Amino acid sequence: MDKPELIPIHIMGKRYLVPPSLTIQKAMEYAGYTLVRGCGCRGGFCGACATVYRLGSDYKLRIGLACQTVVEPEMYLAQIPSFPARRPQYRLEELKPTLGQLLALYPELMRCLSCGTCTKACPQNLDVRDYMAAAMRGDIAAVADKSFDCIMCGLCTARCPAEEVQYNIAILCRRLYGRYLAPRSRHLIERVAEVEAGQYDEALAAMKRMPVEELRKQYNARDIEPE
Amino acid sequence: MPYPPSMQESLALVEATRPQRLHETFPMLSPSEKQDLLRRFHPDYIQAAMREIRVGPNKGDRTPLELAALLEGPSRLYGVRLDLGRVDYDTDVLVIGGGGAGCSAAILAEEHGAKVLIATKLRLGDANTMMAQGGIQAADKPNDSPMLHYLDVMGGGGYVNDPDLVEALVRDAPGVILWLENLGVMFDKEPDGTMRTIHGGGTCRRRMHSARDYTGAEIMRTLRDEVRSRPAIEVLEFSPALELLLDESGQVAGAVLQNLETEEYLVVRAKTVVIATGGSGRLHYQGFATTNHYGATGDGLVMAYRVGARLSFIDTMQYHPTGAAYPEQIVGLLVTEKVRGLGAQVLNVQGKQFVFPRETRDAESAAIIREVKERGLGVRTPSGMEGVWLDSPMIDIIHGPGTVQRELPAMVRQFARFNIDITKEPMLVYPTLHYQNGGVAIRPDGSTGVLNLFVAGEASGGVHGRNRLMGNSLLDVVVYGRRAGRAAAERAKEVRLGRLTLAHVEEWERARRNAGLEDGMPSPLVLPRYARRAREA
Repeated sequence: MDKPELIPIHIMGKRYLVPPSLTIQKAMEYAGYTLVRGCGCRGGFCGACATVYRLGSDYKLRIGLACQTVVEPEMYLAQIPSFPARRPQYRLEELKPTLGQLLALYPELMRCLSCGTCTKACPQNLDVRDYMAAAMRGDIAAVADKSFDCIMCGLCTARCPAEEVQYNIAILCRRLYGRYLAPRSRHLIERVAEVEAGQYDEALAAMKRMPVEELRKQYNARDIEPE
Repeated sequence: MPYPPSMQESLALVEATRPQRLHETFPMLSPSEKQDLLRRFHPDYIQAAMREIRVGPNKGDRTPLELAALLEGPSRLYGVRLDLGRVDYDTDVLVIGGGGAGCSAAILAEEHGAKVLIATKLRLGDANTMMAQGGIQAADKPNDSPMLHYLDVMGGGGYVNDPDLVEALVRDAPGVILWLENLGVMFDKEPDGTMRTIHGGGTCRRRMHSARDYTGAEIMRTLRDEVRSRPAIEVLEFSPALELLLDESGQVAGAVLQNLETEEYLVVRAKTVVIATGGSGRLHYQGFATTNHYGATGDGLVMAYRVGARLSFIDTMQYHPTGAAYPEQIVGLLVTEKVRGLGAQVLNVQGKQFVFPRETRDAESAAIIREVKERGLGVRTPSGMEGVWLDSPMIDIIHGPGTVQRELPAMVRQFARFNIDITKEPMLVYPTLHYQNGGVAIRPDGSTGVLNLFVAGEASGGVHGRNRLMGNSLLDVVVYGRRAGRAAAERAKEVRLGRLTLAHVEEWERARRNAGLEDGMPSPLVLPRYARRAREA
């Protein structure tokens, strides 16, 4: 096979030649970096590798996750491995799922200009502006739903002219929703009570004593619940 | 990059056979067929990929070559002069690792009165927990029971699991779901609160709880936020542990960390230590791609082994049947088992089924390897990799339009980044290194054979036997994180520590020399060696 042409990219101001099929992350390793910051799950889930880049002479700033974005010729890139975002101290069990609560913890919430810079910055393509609008209305369930796929990379916050901490507001709303607003699960609460009352102790002890042959027989004879 | 012309012919066959296949169920393997398949095609059975360990508590046991080299390696602190009298951090409980098990352990230890330090190699939450997509098992439905869950775990693990550990796993499961919910985890539910649960490979009841296909991420970010809510838990990021510390009586008494940025060593004195360092997929056993996060290098196994902890089931790894095989940029990336749980079939180059889609992971993987390697019915990609189809478009046909987008948003997004629409086109997959089935042998409270040392999560061994079921690792990290954290805090109340020592590092080196080992790569590994050095041979 022919060796593919290498392309030039610029990592934090230094020029390197790398194969064009690589992700930004693998291109940095190809260039010789041992990544310490800016590398986590390598699969688009953890938000460690938020990257800002520009192409050639284009003024437009672009964003991406280094583990998911393929390099392009004349890419100028830098990573945002950590950002000094504020997170107030709170104990979830002492909070209420209300707008007043959000404002008490994040008084800057109402400074949001709805400019949409956050939405443009989101590598998950979330409509961050939209969930911030829901937060300003105190619609915690909507924030929880619309922000659910957030990986907390912090690019929204890094780019926000109003100094909002969108992703921290979002996780607060999701936790408030999960604890206070989501419908409770009756079958779960009942099962936990049964376990705590020791209702399964004897049967489990019997299974632990069971010879492997008997276990195998029972396993192979299980009836499988239909789809 | 949509599928290239070379793959289009096979793609057309997948579409052509789909209407017929919607009404077909491929038969499950019989127990004897399954045994035969595993023996012939599962990577655990490739003798040349394993060898005996030559020194330490598991001397004579077999493990993959890559892990054996690290377990036998010299300490990174051998020959380093450290003033252990200067203690940088003094704590009750030191938790090594900031994933699901580490955070759960820290929270429970704090609740039981301990001052806690979490030391983690990367960021808090950079862990395989974050990447788990499909779900978490718990027998909380009326038609289910902890006994049925027990049966599934034992059968899936080959009946060699530690029964006491399995019992604790299934008994704690419903309580763990409730605990997570009270911390704010958003599980998928019906409007009346009933949990929306599905099957996983090897389950007899639909007991897989999910949070879309970000289940692990949802649990991890919630646990992380809770850790940050508790001032009695201090967190040190980018500070991996390199070696455990003992005191002169031989009990565990802390660890030596290294600040990855300044390279400074840090001495932590701790009354108890919880190792929650996760797995070792980044060792790339047998050259397999992996689903694991960057830090999964088995550091905790190495450190525990050096102070005399015994490892169990370290000759068995889990290969997830469906890692991405195309496009090249995401090869090895996890394609969640939930795709098969929702009804997608697995197909060869002719668009035909060759295995029941929800066999246990070991069998499903072996069947795919057989289809490609022995029968030659894989689909070849332009880079030369081979895989089989996972027919995701079936899901919307079975459950209604919009199901894939609603249930699998992470998968849709991952593939859309490369212009593949999985609601309309199948994914190409091949087994990928996913999970370390074994680890440090533990008791139901997370304790080990070494005094003051606890282990939880993927770094431990015995819960899953020789094969873990989907949805039991998220469960494992929380169940055993909580158990180990609680036990470590209680034990810390009794411990009196003497003078700190690294004498075991000297002893280890003597034992290595006595076993005829001279050189070797210093371990733990800490970071995978991915950097290309153009001028090095």
